[in-house]
Amino acid sequence: MTTNDALIKVQHLNKRFGSLQALTDINTEIKKGEVVVVIGPSGSGKSTFLRCLNLLEVPSEGTILFEGVDITDKNADINMHRQKMGMVFQHFNLFPHMTILKNMIIAPMKLQHKSEKEATELAMDLLKQVGLEDRAMAYPSQLSGGQKQRIAIVRALCMKPEVMLFDEPTSALDPEMVGEVLEVMKSLAKDSMTMVVVTHEMGFAKEVATRVLFMADGKQVEEGTPKQIFESPQSERLQSFLAKVL
Amino acid sequence: MNALMLLDSGFTERLQQKFYSNFILENRYTYLLNGLKTTLTITLLAVLLGIVLGFLIAIIRSTNDITGKLKIPNFFCNIYLTVIRGTPTMVQLLILNFIVFASSNNKLLVAVLAFGINSGAYVAEIFRSGIMSIDKGQMEAGRSLGFNYLQTMIYIVMPQAFKNVLPALGNEMIVLLKETAICGYIAIQDLTKGGDIIRSRTYDPYMPLLGVAAVYLIIVMIMTAGVNRLERRLRNSDH
Ligand SMILES: Nc1ncnc2c1ncn2[C@@H]1O[C@H](COP(=O)(O)OP(=O)(O)OP(=O)(O)O)[C@@H](O)[C@H]1O
Ligand SMILES: [Mg+2]
Repeated sequence: MTTNDALIKVQHLNKRFGSLQALTDINTEIKKGEVVVVIGPSGSGKSTFLRCLNLLEVPSEGTILFEGVDITDKNADINMHRQKMGMVFQHFNLFPHMTILKNMIIAPMKLQHKSEKEATELAMDLLKQVGLEDRAMAYPSQLSGGQKQRIAIVRALCMKPEVMLFDEPTSALDPEMVGEVLEVMKSLAKDSMTMVVVTHEMGFAKEVATRVLFMADGKQVEEGTPKQIFESPQSERLQSFLAKVL
Repeated sequence: MNALMLLDSGFTERLQQKFYSNFILENRYTYLLNGLKTTLTITLLAVLLGIVLGFLIAIIRSTNDITGKLKIPNFFCNIYLTVIRGTPTMVQLLILNFIVFASSNNKLLVAVLAFGINSGAYVAEIFRSGIMSIDKGQMEAGRSLGFNYLQTMIYIVMPQAFKNVLPALGNEMIVLLKETAICGYIAIQDLTKGGDIIRSRTYDPYMPLLGVAAVYLIIVMIMTAGVNRLERRLRNSDH
């Protein structure tokens, strides 16, 4: 696979919740090393789109190809593929009954059959990178929101994923903690991690995104480099959205 | 002056004598002691059976709630829950004893099965509410790491749910302990039956029956204190 190949390819993705059409005919590609930032008004289907990528939501129609494999196929081993797709949630979703270290090593040990020593080494290394190595034995309830989200990120990284999916990772944080989480994400991008990020942080989108996807009413309305999207928005929807958020 | 009458020496003497004839004479206290052992044995084994049954049913039911799968097992679980919760425990015990295991002489086993099967229905709903009370983000986080549904249940959801329902399980055990008092009907000599046997020997209902009541009360109070302590400890720790 060359660096220009699509890591994830989304074809004619539709998602309905009952009679509600949450996504309409989404087609896009996420290439290795890209940082795709998804923006759009509330209820436009950003989360649904992101969650379809790792099948937390099952698409109503269309296909998702991950590393060339159609993961919407009934015979696809979705659990295998998910091991390579890290996900970070708005509300962290750390496991409250486990220490930080256990949160990080349980999946590598149970799923990749790493030894406790090996998994712990990687986890401690990652904890050091986000400045939380002294919190390894703490429980999630003992951490601040910003710390929890940094842990959630490195917990996903412990599986050595090919791509990281972020669903509004800073929306539940107090303003003074947003920065520390965005810093971690920026350094990930610098290490050329492939990322898909739903966020309202336009500064992050401008600075870090290789491509911005604007969604409204479940449709992909406009797509382009941050420069194109923020400096010369084409559609009226995007123009009025940017007027509101910038 | 009733209060003084209690202290009157004739009264205490009669009390002592009744105590002697009901509990000491012919080692009659052993009816209570052995009965208590039987009661506790049945309760303990039935609770264990109930927890195993309830756990399995809760997994099936909540899997059906969450994923819509396991429709047929869920259907049978529903029948079980409806029947068990819709008929008196006493009737279930009699049916098990005189119909299902009519040829068995192991009354203790019959009682354990009857109370365990009965308790399983209630424990199942306790577990299920515990599972459903866990934020669905926990399941999603587990699945997003690559755990399958069952692994996520076992490593992530269940330990938290179990912790949340521990006090309710303790209360279920207390309820069960008291319910076992009906097992004298299938000729088991439990605590209640033990007291009743003494009564039939001494023709004194007061001492043996009040004594039995006191023993139940003490055990229930000890268990309640345990549950309360557990609750407090769980509330004070977030993990
Ligand atoms: N599980 C669900 N069941 C029913 N409807 C849903 C479900 N999840 C999302 N929806 C609906 O689908 C639409 C898109 O929701 P989605 O959460 O993807 O929007 P969003 O762009 O992420 O919004 P926000 O910025 O508020 O997070 C909304 O109308 C929402 O109410
Ligand atoms: Mg959302």
